[in-house]
Amino acid sequence: MLELKNISYVVEDEKEIIKDVSLSISEGFIAITGPNGGGKSTLAKIIAGIIKPTSGQILFDGQDITDMSVTDRAKLGISYAFQTPVKFKGITVKDLLSLAAGKNTTVAESCNILSEVGLCARDYINREVNASLSGGELKRIEIAMIIARSTKLSIFDEPEAGIDLWSFNSLIKVFEKMHEKINGSILIISHQERILNIADQIIVISEGKVKQTGTKEEVWPDLMAEGTCSVLAQKVG
Amino acid sequence: MDTISKNLLAEIADIHEIPEGAYNIRANGKLQSRNTTANIDIVTKTDKPGIDIIIAPGTKNESVHIPVIISESGLTDLVYNDFFIGEGADVVIVAGCGIHNCGDQESGHDGIHTFHVGKNAKVKYIEKHYGEADGSGGNIMNPTTIVEMDEDSYLEMETTQIKGIDSTNRVTKGRLADRATFIVKEKIMTHGTQYASTDFDVQLDGVDSSTNVISRSVARGKSKQKFLAAISGNNKCAGHSECDAILMDDAIVTAIPQLTAANVDASLVHEAAIGKIAGEQLIKLMTLGLTEEEAEEEIVNGFLK
Repeated sequence: MLELKNISYVVEDEKEIIKDVSLSISEGFIAITGPNGGGKSTLAKIIAGIIKPTSGQILFDGQDITDMSVTDRAKLGISYAFQTPVKFKGITVKDLLSLAAGKNTTVAESCNILSEVGLCARDYINREVNASLSGGELKRIEIAMIIARSTKLSIFDEPEAGIDLWSFNSLIKVFEKMHEKINGSILIISHQERILNIADQIIVISEGKVKQTGTKEEVWPDLMAEGTCSVLAQKVG
Repeated sequence: MDTISKNLLAEIADIHEIPEGAYNIRANGKLQSRNTTANIDIVTKTDKPGIDIIIAPGTKNESVHIPVIISESGLTDLVYNDFFIGEGADVVIVAGCGIHNCGDQESGHDGIHTFHVGKNAKVKYIEKHYGEADGSGGNIMNPTTIVEMDEDSYLEMETTQIKGIDSTNRVTKGRLADRATFIVKEKIMTHGTQYASTDFDVQLDGVDSSTNVISRSVARGKSKQKFLAAISGNNKCAGHSECDAILMDDAIVTAIPQLTAANVDASLVHEAAIGKIAGEQLIKLMTLGLTEEEAEEEIVNGFLK
């Protein structure tokens, strides 16, 4: 489904770099983990087209998308949930869900999507997506947009970052549910053991390189032994 | 009424048929039609062009529409409209001016609206300006609004100027008695070589009087905008002004907040932010499949909604 060939991103003054990463991602639930600053988010942005790699090639369903714009990749079927959701002025939750779905979603449709991410729809549909919403609410609306799009490839950049414990627990349930009825590929960048638990495949990225790929059983002992990812040890909920 | 006039009315007053309640429709400098109700009287002034709108004390849930339309090129219309809102009334007033200029001469409308808001009265005033042109003549509007507010009164003024006005110089003055509240929500979008200037002067004279002047604007092309918000706190009071502008292309926006506190218990705050559309907003919408241009439109439309 998605193939990265010798992707590098080397720019001066840039903290995160990518060095010659080659990866093949098939259908299923794939988690990317590794230390902060290791290049995970950069890699996700390269796939979504937000960052252009300095060299290498990206294939999506066999098609070369390396030089394609963010818009064209979105139309092909790539979705990207930001680590820090973007706020708007005057644009409502329903507006964003409609844009994501590519049609004017009905109130009933919006309600279904919002309830999937654990939001009581009636309270949110006409809310503006601005700073009046909490970090956890914004995160869930961000995820709701990806559900509304239901594309072949969905990328989530640290969905657990910046949310409270209560929101985290319901978030995990959202992904567990997504895993059950998966259709296409879910690529999720995460430090959380409970998310890694449901991944079919884990990719460890460190210092801009693929350090390891495998199932949780294969990857986990090394991660723990090296302690590269102290956050991983946190068992939330 | 012809199609052009009907379109203008729909744009500025959301009127599609004859409105309910009291109304006064002025077309090309003359009275077109009028309706009064038991509680709302409309009287033509005898000393100068314009009307007096007299709303009886205690009038509830009624509305007044006073649209002005101009479809003749080269006509400049000046009117004085005075609103007398009785004690305890609760009404909606919809004004607006639509110009359709098909010629090459300037058309203009200068409206001077004065509101005398009685004690405990509550008014929502909606004003919309719209212009369209087939010819090369300019559309000019210079509205002046003067608001005199008695004790415990409330006035919310919503003004919108989205399209087609080449030059506008808006002046709004308010004077507030004890516990009166004056809210202004202004929305402006300019494009081409248009110029829009808005000038607010609110005098908070009364104890616990308050005002909130909020302007949201989008400046595109080579258009220019100037926003001046002067608030004077002359008593224990609260005042807030906010100018939030999206700048595009080669446009220029000037924001001048001006606060004068003449009482130690006057609490006055201003905020002004001018900038281009945030890159991350564009990228977010592009990841939903919108082109950059479509994303820009969505952001601007939402901002001015």
